[in-house]
Amino acid sequence: MTSEGIGASVRRKEDYRFLTGNGNYLDDISRSGQAYASFVRSPHAHAKIGGIDTSSAESAPGVIAVFTGQDLADDGIGPLICGWLIKSKDGEDHKAPAHPALAVDTVRYVGDAVAIVIADSLEQAKDGAEQVNVDYQELPAVALAGDAMQDGAPQVHDDAPGNVCYDWEIGEKDDTDAAFAAAAHVTTMEIVNNRLIPNAVEPRAAIGEYDPGSEGFTLYTTSQNPHVARLVLSAFNQVAPEHKLRVVAPDVGGGFGSKIFIYAEETVCLWASRKVNRPVKWTAARSESFQSDAHGRDHVTKAELALDADGKFTGLRVNTIANMGAYLSTFATCVPSYLYATLLAGQYTTPAIYCDVQAVFTHTTPVDAYRGAGRPEATFVIERLVEQAAKELGTDPAELRRKNMIAADAFPYQTPVIQQYDCGDYPRALDEALSRADYAGFAQRKADSESRGKKRGIGFSSYIEACGIAPSAAVGALGGGVGLWESGHLRFNPTGSVTIFTGSHAHGQGHETTFAQIVASRLGVPVDNVEVVHGDTDKVLFGMGTYGSRSAAVGGSALCKAADKIIDKGRKIAAHILEASEDDIEFADGNFTVAGTDKTMSIGEVAFAAYVPHNYPEDLEPGLNESAFYDPLNFSFPAGTHICEVEVDPDTGTVEIMNYTAIDDFGTVINPMIVEGQVHGGVAQGVGQALLEGCVYDGSGQLVTGSFMDYTMPRADSVPSIDVGMTEVPSPLNPLGVKGCGEAGAIAAPAATINAVVDALWDMGVRDVPMPATASNVWQTIKSAAQAAE
Amino acid sequence: MPVTVSMTVNGKEVSGEVEPRTLLVQFIRENLRLTGTHVGCDTSQCGACVVHINGTSVKSCTQLAVQCEGADVSTIESLATDGELHPMQEAFRQNHGLQCGFCTPGMVMSAVDLVKENPNPTEQEIREWLEGNICRCTGYHNIVKSIKAGAETMRG
Repeated sequence: MTSEGIGASVRRKEDYRFLTGNGNYLDDISRSGQAYASFVRSPHAHAKIGGIDTSSAESAPGVIAVFTGQDLADDGIGPLICGWLIKSKDGEDHKAPAHPALAVDTVRYVGDAVAIVIADSLEQAKDGAEQVNVDYQELPAVALAGDAMQDGAPQVHDDAPGNVCYDWEIGEKDDTDAAFAAAAHVTTMEIVNNRLIPNAVEPRAAIGEYDPGSEGFTLYTTSQNPHVARLVLSAFNQVAPEHKLRVVAPDVGGGFGSKIFIYAEETVCLWASRKVNRPVKWTAARSESFQSDAHGRDHVTKAELALDADGKFTGLRVNTIANMGAYLSTFATCVPSYLYATLLAGQYTTPAIYCDVQAVFTHTTPVDAYRGAGRPEATFVIERLVEQAAKELGTDPAELRRKNMIAADAFPYQTPVIQQYDCGDYPRALDEALSRADYAGFAQRKADSESRGKKRGIGFSSYIEACGIAPSAAVGALGGGVGLWESGHLRFNPTGSVTIFTGSHAHGQGHETTFAQIVASRLGVPVDNVEVVHGDTDKVLFGMGTYGSRSAAVGGSALCKAADKIIDKGRKIAAHILEASEDDIEFADGNFTVAGTDKTMSIGEVAFAAYVPHNYPEDLEPGLNESAFYDPLNFSFPAGTHICEVEVDPDTGTVEIMNYTAIDDFGTVINPMIVEGQVHGGVAQGVGQALLEGCVYDGSGQLVTGSFMDYTMPRADSVPSIDVGMTEVPSPLNPLGVKGCGEAGAIAAPAATINAVVDALWDMGVRDVPMPATASNVWQTIKSAAQAAE
Repeated sequence: MPVTVSMTVNGKEVSGEVEPRTLLVQFIRENLRLTGTHVGCDTSQCGACVVHINGTSVKSCTQLAVQCEGADVSTIESLATDGELHPMQEAFRQNHGLQCGFCTPGMVMSAVDLVKENPNPTEQEIREWLEGNICRCTGYHNIVKSIKAGAETMRG
């Protein structure tokens, strides 16, 4: 390992501009002559629109135009789409009711956009929006997943009877039922995975711009995948032809999934820019983010684990109701199906698994992928069940896990739920975590806590996830509407520097550094001579963007492929100049050398020769500029064990995390500093879900947690320091051996944390604690347990 | 009715026409085009807009521009000198105290003020001081580490 190659904690290239206030986020962009947009949003969860009177808004000071859903429909601007088709048990396609960008005759959630007001200034746009009179005829609403299918529940869409989007299944039901019939012990749980609001600190924003000269559109948008946005906006929404549309996603202030999707606001701003012939800018107020960014999680599950007399898992049976919200967001359908139930084997050899999922519509904000997307929900189900089973059987939870873990020599391992795991060493991560967390000393620490009147608990989460969703053909066979490859393009400049163009998009992950490290180490050039370009469809070849921890495994692998093409071509050029056979040219550390001689030239000299081809192979194109598309062979499967240790005050219900240990296998680690940072952030979000965060709708479908005043974000004094370690088992499936690290923390932490809280309170009769385990919720749980015991 | 407001920002005397309801953060971003100060919420919770007013850290969304008539305001753009990062900025870079960078200007401005008040803060004191600044990326672990390191350098 060199000081800046793969494995080195290179300080980030992007940090200088962020630290000096020179980042270029969407709201920092001002286009000449830009107008400002404000959206009129429904204050009701469910209402008929009797009429929309825009006349006084249109005559308000500074207002340029007001548009409604009818105006969009009149221009043939298509509804927003969902790009993953799920087949129900009966073979029917999932129900996909129309999702107009602006509601036409019915509003279906608080925040549903009804009209856009465009004005010379933001204040005038907001004042104008206040003047739009919408005649709402309020209707009853249903907000909770568990209520959606009840008899008499208010219906969200006429074309989705019973509010069912799909009723899907995976696994062998009969085998699983047989395992339960023969079980020595069955652990059963009702599990709620609380709804979360992503809350990237940068709100979503967009500027649509139309150039009448070129008849071209530009959309500046807070996107994790600008090329996908371009494809959807042109192919499905019919806003602009793909070759006449440029999408730019500049510095983006966090995404966590919420900026994957193609939303109403950017669609409407882009379309409106042509109508008003001015750039149209919209930046979400935080209250709009709460209402309109796709939410995450929101599952209600019944789960059962069957064990034999030796404590081996023999069957897992899961039923989940998943809340889709009022409409299907871009990838909503795949989250509680293929990204969830295919991970239910966890790290274990459970031979029979069956899961069925009812995805339901409610009068709430659409739900889609949020950091982890399905995998946190799966991990929570498995790891709560396993912990509970251990407690019921009086077994050490670590030992019960170890007994059931897939052995390190059993890979590739085929699970009963589609996935084939590539590699791993789960017991090693468990051992490492037990040692780092000083499990042996826990009893003593618990006794110390008891002496201070506190209850101490320890909880485990041995998670697995699937990253770099792939390969395209398999995804297509399962209903996915897109390819899931990535592009990489390397351009040597004549002076020897390198420009990388990647279809991945960084919004905090540090690609400008890690991708430079990948290419620098492959080509033997300094990291400082490598520049990464991303986030602009006019500059980058093509791209599928960043989500599902895919950037290193897929985007990085595409860059490796392109780098290898560069080396192959460079070898031909060097052979010509050094007057040797191509077969005799060796490439190492940035130099092409004739084997066994001191005849050598650097890759920079080769690049110069490629652009000034005076002494050059006759049959070779000039230039040193190669691109590659990479379609992975399979998902990668990061895994590990997290251990959380908490102290609970039984008088107040307050939970304090005393220690948090994360041992993860991400395969090869490119930049440990950045990877550890990803774990820290993921764990904070997972701890946030476990202890603090919960999106609340009241019975009428009002969003009660609609601001940072009501929705508890993790703050510096509410999350712990985290001890991070790694067991690197390189993936055999991609050239870098990487697996993906972006989501592990958010996947593992909720189960580890809740398991710890339950462990702390087990001897007080507590058997489960709801998320978020706020002081109030914990206190009430303690009281209920005490009452039940009386 | 627009009014004129004048103040010193990053050592330069500036003035501008604003509506009385214009917030200081809007004046900084829109009138002065100093876009390093960010807006992450509408309830004065997130702290992405922290600047210094007369040497003290303040959320610039909690002040009207007209309240700052004659004030001495410093933004994140003023911290580095001649291209060299302030010790707190450098500490954030060295300790990976930022990811997406959006909350970072507010974090750094807040941290600089903390160290002025408390040159050798403990981890707990740092965490409590930061309760007005939200970060969604880092889990705060490396921000706390950065501020400890930055404080050490600033103490000299």
